[in-house]
Amino acid sequence: MNESPTAVELRLPSRLGFEKVAMGAAATLATLMGFEEDRVEDLKTAIAEACINAMEHGNSFNDLLLVTLTFTLEQNTLEVKVRDCGSGVHKRRPHAPDLERKIKGEEAPRGLGMFLIQSLVDEAEWKEDGPDGSYTRLAIHLPVTARKGHRPV
Amino acid sequence: MNSATKIHIETEASIAVMRFDGDITSTSKGAVLEAYQAISKTNVKKILLDFSKVEYLNSSGIALVIQMLMEANREGQKVQIFGLSPHFQKVFTMVGLTKYTTLHADEVAAKAAFAS
Repeated sequence: MNESPTAVELRLPSRLGFEKVAMGAAATLATLMGFEEDRVEDLKTAIAEACINAMEHGNSFNDLLLVTLTFTLEQNTLEVKVRDCGSGVHKRRPHAPDLERKIKGEEAPRGLGMFLIQSLVDEAEWKEDGPDGSYTRLAIHLPVTARKGHRPV
Repeated sequence: MNSATKIHIETEASIAVMRFDGDITSTSKGAVLEAYQAISKTNVKKILLDFSKVEYLNSSGIALVIQMLMEANREGQKVQIFGLSPHFQKVFTMVGLTKYTTLHADEVAAKAAFAS
């Protein structure tokens, strides 16, 4: 890979199922950068959840509104911004699911997406993006042993 | 874009095996819950969920598993799971599902767990 950051952009309709296109792109880019398979799987799930949130909560499944992903490939970091046209979920905070309440039927079974995103990647944040929308930013870092120039002791 | 969820149920003695095939997402809700409802609550107290042919599972799919566990809990049914990839074994554990069910490597181990 080139030493300077490289960006790849992807635009998806707000229709369930298209998050798989983003998962495929994320897997290809992460593998190219040298991430191990388990990290690639983590990233794929986090990206899928971020896209589904953007389609559902950001764009209300309006097919005319796009979800835009920007993948930035830095030397040791893969950053992904998932943008939508809504006001965002940035005021919500990811929280560990209370399974007991869910199993007892006291809480809806859904609502796991933000928790999964935050648990599976190294960095996750939810931001407003001016008047035109909001984005989820997530990033994974290559472990030191996988970095270019690393010499095992 | 989502591949339809196919669910095949095999009932043997007092154990029902629900074999999932394809994607498990929000669009699978009807198929998954109807299949679960078709299992006798009176005669079947042991349920195995087979994920070995699942291609894609997301948080809405996991919510459906929670919903089944919720009903099973209410009906006094025990649920064991097998066939999940290592990644989804990690995700199920992360979410806390292992407090209510056990994840097994294969069907033999999952069936054996009912005896213990």
